[in-house]
Amino acid sequence: MKLTDLDKLLNSELTTKIKNTSIKNDELLVKVEVDNLYSTLLFLKTNEQCKFKQLIDIVAVDYLGDDQRFRIYYLLLSHENNLRIKVSINLSIDEKVPSIVKLYPSSNWMEREVFDMYGIKFKNHPDLRRILTDYNFKGFPLRKDFPLTGFNEVRYSEKEKKVIYEPVKLEQDYRNFDFESPWEGTKYIKDAKLKNKDD
Amino acid sequence: MTKQKKTMNLNFGPQHPAAHGVLRLILQLDGELVEKIDPHIGLLHRGTEKLIEHKTYIQALPYFDRLDYVAPMNQEHAFALTTEKLLKIEVPIRAQYLRVIFCEIGRILNHLLNITTQAIDVGALTPSLWGFEERETLMTFYERASGSRLHANYFRTGGVHQDVPNNLLTDIEKFCETFPKIIDDIETLLTDNRIFKQRNVEIGIVTKEEAIAHSFSGVMLRGSGIAWDLRKSQPYECYENLDFKIPIGKNGDCYDRYLCRIIEMRESVKIIKQCLKLIPIGPVKSVDGKISPPKKEEMKESMEALIHHFKLFTEGYRVPKGEVYCAVEAPKGEFGVYLISDGSSKPYRCKIRAPGFSHLQAMDYLVRGHMLADVPAVLGSLDIVFGEVDR
Repeated sequence: MKLTDLDKLLNSELTTKIKNTSIKNDELLVKVEVDNLYSTLLFLKTNEQCKFKQLIDIVAVDYLGDDQRFRIYYLLLSHENNLRIKVSINLSIDEKVPSIVKLYPSSNWMEREVFDMYGIKFKNHPDLRRILTDYNFKGFPLRKDFPLTGFNEVRYSEKEKKVIYEPVKLEQDYRNFDFESPWEGTKYIKDAKLKNKDD
Repeated sequence: MTKQKKTMNLNFGPQHPAAHGVLRLILQLDGELVEKIDPHIGLLHRGTEKLIEHKTYIQALPYFDRLDYVAPMNQEHAFALTTEKLLKIEVPIRAQYLRVIFCEIGRILNHLLNITTQAIDVGALTPSLWGFEERETLMTFYERASGSRLHANYFRTGGVHQDVPNNLLTDIEKFCETFPKIIDDIETLLTDNRIFKQRNVEIGIVTKEEAIAHSFSGVMLRGSGIAWDLRKSQPYECYENLDFKIPIGKNGDCYDRYLCRIIEMRESVKIIKQCLKLIPIGPVKSVDGKISPPKKEEMKESMEALIHHFKLFTEGYRVPKGEVYCAVEAPKGEFGVYLISDGSSKPYRCKIRAPGFSHLQAMDYLVRGHMLADVPAVLGSLDIVFGEVDR
């Protein structure tokens, strides 16, 4: 079975459920609504021709500024057909995603990681705790509005004889150079120029 | 008197020699039986993915060495492949062979460490002394090619950083002649060893279905009898031209996984030998000046080379808009990178798929009902390195 055959099969079998499909860079991407996610994945896993029995990873992306801010990709692999497929959903900041732990047990930690990094909540997840960040960590580090340096830093305090948390103090701000257009100047100069033009 | 059942909670790690790094396990025990296990990870979390979003593609590459620091170049490979797929550039043949040689060296490095530390976990000290000696030799090869024993930063988008120095390939060939003897020696200590077998045979059994459901890959999958290796099934680089076999296990226990690793090392030696025979002479990186930096001597003469150098090391090369997933068969399993580019010189999102993450997740399923003493044995055979699990 080839990727194009799979594309056709999905479009005929799941017409009502999927928004659209596209093949780019030899990868098939299937876009679905949040409500149809579970049934689409169930079909992909159990259908005799698809057999996408392994969940490779769950990837969340933050598109800050969009109405539907987050996008989640589910990367699946079928050993029998030697094929990969991506299923994606878009969601806004307060939307919840149905958990797929019952379908793919390995999604447990992957969903916890997405929750930890982006604050996206999963419905019916058995154990939605933070996983990678520190105990009592606040904020969601992989969101685009989370600063690279974070908010708190830790050090060992000789006085208190324990590790303490303090707000980050930087001697110098994080230097983010804009190399995109050395001839026109950096972003703030470009912005100023644009403003002058408008006036 | 009636017997009272009492469960005990035991904290294992994060500072424990058998925890293979900084793993913290919360064990629920009924006597010596493990009832439940809750791994706490993230103690080595360094925010690699966040850092990469703020770095150019050239600067992002060294972060991959620091993931699975036991086999650094295999990780770099996955990132190099993703960027190449988006940029649609070809890698020169010599560079492909060099990459394969160093990836297989990485595989041997990894398996040597894993097998010998697993042996320590179950009580055998000597294999590690023998194995680490060979690791030292292999890391010297890394050093001669890249200047660094561990954090090589050797692969580049479009090839490798520079050609290998004189005699390195002949020295690798010499190593390939002597190394199988060392594997034999290690095997005499372990393969038929009564204690090693008692500790590993029929411990941590994974069935085929469970291995797939828990997202296992690499040896963890093959140990359970599934013939799946990305080098064969979805070949990349020049693996198609090479002749090698994929060992698979039968019972899916710790002992089978150990045997798979031993045979994989032998196969890796075979692959390196073939590469050394087939490797042609030629360029080792893409000739596109917009992607690979110019030579120092060119910069003295050519204005274009100077501009390229300046642009590459300030802005970096831009990668066309798009999303790709590329995976390599790293020693631990499928190591993948999902890269989203917005057309600028920095990745918009770079998700790293580490095999160890899924393997460690299955810890609860693997040791439930086993004895406490089996926990280190199972953990050893999972082949966990915290650099990649915590990222």
